[in-house]
Amino acid sequence: MNVLLPGDLRQALDMLSGDGSGAIPIAGGTDLLVHWPQHSEAHARTYLDLSALSELRPVTWTDDELILGGLTTFWDIVQDPRAAVEFPLLREAGRQVGAVQIQARGTWAGNVVNASPAADGVPVLMAYDATLVLESSQGSETAALSDFYVGYKEMKRRPDQLITQIRLPRREHTFQRFFKVGSRRAQAIAKVGLAVVNSKAGWRVVAGSMAPTVCRCPSIEALLESGALIEAPEDLLSAVRSDVSPIDDIRSSAHYREHVMARLLFSEVFKSGQLPR
Amino acid sequence: MNAAVERGGTMISIEFTLNGDTVSVEFDPRDRLLDTLRYTLGLTGTKEGCGEGECGACTVLIDGLPVDSCLVPTYQVRGRRVDTIESVDGGTLGAFLEGGATQCGACTPGVVMTARWILANPDLRRTHRLRELMAGNLCRCTGYDGIIDSIEEGLKESQS
Amino acid sequence: MQRMEGLSKLSGREQYVDDLPVPGCLWGATVRSPAARGRIREIRFSEEFDWDEFVIVDAGDIPASNTIYLMEEDQPVLADGVVRHVHEPVLLLAHPSRDMARRGATAVEVIVDPEPAVLDFRLPPDPAQIQYGVDNVLKHLRIEKGDVEKALAAAPIVIEGVYETGSQEHVYLETQGMLAWEEDGVITVQGSMQCPYYIVDAFKKALGRDESQIRIVQTPTGGGFGGKEEFPSGIALHAALLALKAGNPVKLVYERGEDMAATTKRHPSRVRHRTAVDEDGRLLAQDIEVLLDGGAYVTLSPVVLSRAIIHAGGPYQCDNVRIDGRAQLSNSVPFGAFRGFGAPQSLFAVERHMDVIADRLGMDPVALRRRNLIRDGDSTATGQIIEDGADRIEVLDTALRLSDYEAKIESHTEFNRTSQTKRRGIGLATFYHGAGFTGGGEVYLDSAAHVAGLPDGGVEVRTASVEMGQGALTIFAQVVAARLGLSVEHIRIGAPDTAIVPNSGPTVASRTSMIVAGLVERACDDLRDQVRRSAAEVAEPAGELPEPANTASADAAVQPLEGDTMVRAITGWHARNPGQELIGKARYIKPENIEWDDETYRGDAYGSFAWAAYVADVEIDLLTFGVEVRDFVAVQEVGKVLNETLARGQIQGGVVQGIGWALLEDFVWRDGAMLNNQLTNYIIPTSDDVPPIRVAFLEVPYAFGTWGCKGIGELPMDGPAPAILNAVAMALGVQATSVPLTPERLMLLVHPELERAG
Repeated sequence: MNVLLPGDLRQALDMLSGDGSGAIPIAGGTDLLVHWPQHSEAHARTYLDLSALSELRPVTWTDDELILGGLTTFWDIVQDPRAAVEFPLLREAGRQVGAVQIQARGTWAGNVVNASPAADGVPVLMAYDATLVLESSQGSETAALSDFYVGYKEMKRRPDQLITQIRLPRREHTFQRFFKVGSRRAQAIAKVGLAVVNSKAGWRVVAGSMAPTVCRCPSIEALLESGALIEAPEDLLSAVRSDVSPIDDIRSSAHYREHVMARLLFSEVFKSGQLPR
Repeated sequence: MNAAVERGGTMISIEFTLNGDTVSVEFDPRDRLLDTLRYTLGLTGTKEGCGEGECGACTVLIDGLPVDSCLVPTYQVRGRRVDTIESVDGGTLGAFLEGGATQCGACTPGVVMTARWILANPDLRRTHRLRELMAGNLCRCTGYDGIIDSIEEGLKESQS
Repeated sequence: MQRMEGLSKLSGREQYVDDLPVPGCLWGATVRSPAARGRIREIRFSEEFDWDEFVIVDAGDIPASNTIYLMEEDQPVLADGVVRHVHEPVLLLAHPSRDMARRGATAVEVIVDPEPAVLDFRLPPDPAQIQYGVDNVLKHLRIEKGDVEKALAAAPIVIEGVYETGSQEHVYLETQGMLAWEEDGVITVQGSMQCPYYIVDAFKKALGRDESQIRIVQTPTGGGFGGKEEFPSGIALHAALLALKAGNPVKLVYERGEDMAATTKRHPSRVRHRTAVDEDGRLLAQDIEVLLDGGAYVTLSPVVLSRAIIHAGGPYQCDNVRIDGRAQLSNSVPFGAFRGFGAPQSLFAVERHMDVIADRLGMDPVALRRRNLIRDGDSTATGQIIEDGADRIEVLDTALRLSDYEAKIESHTEFNRTSQTKRRGIGLATFYHGAGFTGGGEVYLDSAAHVAGLPDGGVEVRTASVEMGQGALTIFAQVVAARLGLSVEHIRIGAPDTAIVPNSGPTVASRTSMIVAGLVERACDDLRDQVRRSAAEVAEPAGELPEPANTASADAAVQPLEGDTMVRAITGWHARNPGQELIGKARYIKPENIEWDDETYRGDAYGSFAWAAYVADVEIDLLTFGVEVRDFVAVQEVGKVLNETLARGQIQGGVVQGIGWALLEDFVWRDGAMLNNQLTNYIIPTSDDVPPIRVAFLEVPYAFGTWGCKGIGELPMDGPAPAILNAVAMALGVQATSVPLTPERLMLLVHPELERAG
């Protein structure tokens, strides 16, 4: 195994486009190191350690954006009183990632590029219309998180690029909720993740663990925009099914996932009817 | 031996602060902090419970924050401050002994390290419940009451 | 007394087997079957490895008999030609590098020609699936009392139900591990275990050695819960076989995934009840069928089944009872000992069924239990007359009072009328747990304990009973401290080392405090008698001769030779007998009034039962169908409590393990193998998933238990699952019949129409 230890961002980007081309960037390691001793195939690769790139850690506020650094951890946000007020879903989702031990190491950008459909951090970022800044030695590009993923664990990131910023527009949010349905209260992988935000930009409904990637739900968003009257959770099922494609896996069933998503939306978001007794 | 199963790359070495002392250690780059502590440095107080960041038995503090040392590559602690159970003064553990915080003991060093972080940062309780803060340390013996009660007691003692 | 080894554990100084530094030791790894059943056609070694670097052991390397000695001899140490479950050990490897040993094991391919496997123990086997006897029944047992058929035929009301429980993984935080080496012709094993002498017996059989060439030493054990009762015999043999072939120490420590997939678990069960009652809810007849999944080999299933059926009727008086039990083979990992040992399964069924009966009769579940709970003078299903002075009604009433049961019924009913998205319920279970080995088991064990007086005047307790978190060392020390008047610094508890300690029996069945601690106490008396006799023989000057302080008392408990006098007497003994060993000894004596007939399954199944009433208070989220336990009250009568902190810890820990089994701990099986063998996917409770567990003890001393105690370790596993599901029934009006009650299952129970809709 080979590990590259850049001292700053410039060095890191040079390595990725030079000798270290194809190296796997590692930040908090909370995904890459799971069952590490058993993953001997992973030991044959080259890693680029980002942990010394301290310039990527801080959070910055501008007049119209909150900017998370490429190494901002979940715990950084969980602890941040200002973020708690203006982007409460970040804190809510962040404190539901694993437990403190994971929150202290795991980064928001790492959560994005690990590209798990069950990621806890990604739905709320996407619901807040996050933009990613991807840097390479060739320069910097931006990508909307909502169209960053192109398939299961596939994304629009070139191997020489690093996510250096996650930019969230500062808006007045008239509705914002995050739901994580896990198999227990803490340390759970989401069976259903759901982030819903409304602002002048419109409704954003983002689902996790419901499709090969975390994704927006345009049909549900359209129903919300239209102010449709929904009388029962089941009335949402066709919209749910057109937006997402949950599967049966070792954590839950497709059936449970779509019904719970419909029930959460019906009761906590649409709020236009009562649950049937 | 065939290249496909060859051991990892060349050994690397780093310096970090371990339990207050600067140490220099040479290791296989594949080694997790947990491996380095236990098998290179002989500090076996930190336990391995799952190797997947779920049980917290391997909890140590890095720069004061609790982390699962099974998910930390050793090279990432260069220049950092690492505190393990071996840094804990047994004389400070009375509340845990009295309160029934340990039974089989396999989760205990991790529990004690997370608890020390909480005791050192009592303000955490303004935003978090103890049971939430301790949720990263699985215990199969105590049902958690012994642990939670002991930390409560410790917080009381440190305030008085 | 505080936990003896507590500070050592809290400060990380306690050394478990993986912590022991062993310079030059090799690391072992296990190659396992990929198939549930079949014939091994070929074992293929990857060409990418230099296999000369490895020590390789297969069935041909077993010196004597390829069998793990237990109740029967059907389970091989290593598969030889055929496999009967996925993950069955086939081949062992050792290498100086742990990493290489691990990789080596994945580079050996076992190719199996499959044969028809039994993957559902509930279905009658096809002829091609028969692997044991004529019907795959590993054990059949029956209890009969009165005339069930007649009572059923005459009964006004008969209520039936079928209840199922899933398996459960122990998840002791320290995985299985052993270190083995041979020195001067003695094979020595150190490791994590509950029963050192089980391993001695297994070694005698498989290695063909006599006991003097076998030494088994328990290392501090990071949790057992039954998982380290019988399973360690196999892994200890594996480590020993590698060490013998290598001529070098070998450590074999399982990783979590391997431990979860390949080791024993709780027996899955299906229990049918057919119960006759009158309009007032009096039990007239209980017709019960208990079916356990034994897994691929017999192991301990016959005795797990025994305990399951003995507890299956619940703590109720009923004149007509028939309990028919079978343990059935399936091609999955053998199911084994797990806290409760069959009783949680059958008690779940009867306690859930009691609420179903109450519901059918339109009766309060509390009233139904109050009517039928055993009173002194009543008898259990095996005809055991209960006359222990415990008040089971008081246990129930205490639980109702502490849980505020009546008021919560009212407030929850009101809450449920108004809440849109939540429902609340409260439920209870009344139950019992027999401590110690069943029937004549304790006589068969013939347990012994030693207390050695050491040259420095201290004493050392020597038993094969292990500390695995339950507090055995502390209880032993308490007994010695009280009996000999010694302070803690004079008391040592020797490591369970079969070269030194006598066989005090296995550390199982909630028997260590109740039985073994009593042996330790009597060994103290023997030690004192020896010291006194010796001092009397040499007629020491009066100043040194310990004189009874209270000659009027004949009670051994107030013998005056104690404390500093005792310490001086022991050092004096050694001064007179240089180089000799001073050992007080005691052996089990059966209480006279216990009679059991193993042929008819009639009589006194256990010396004592602990009695309990548990109340669970739950809230269900109607959006996600998650069940949250908001409050839990555990009241039990356990004889005398020896150590409040330890006893409470046992109850709280057992209750939380029970909550896990009831709601969270689901298995995903494929072809008889556990797919979710990761702690990320096999969900045990965290601190945030459970409420504080409120514990209360009622104490009625048990005449034959140490200081009046009864066993308590397993009891708390029995009550949570039925109490929680009964609470769910109150909240939602649905009768769930199986655990774990996951949100996915609850959703379909509440909305069966969703299943039809697809």
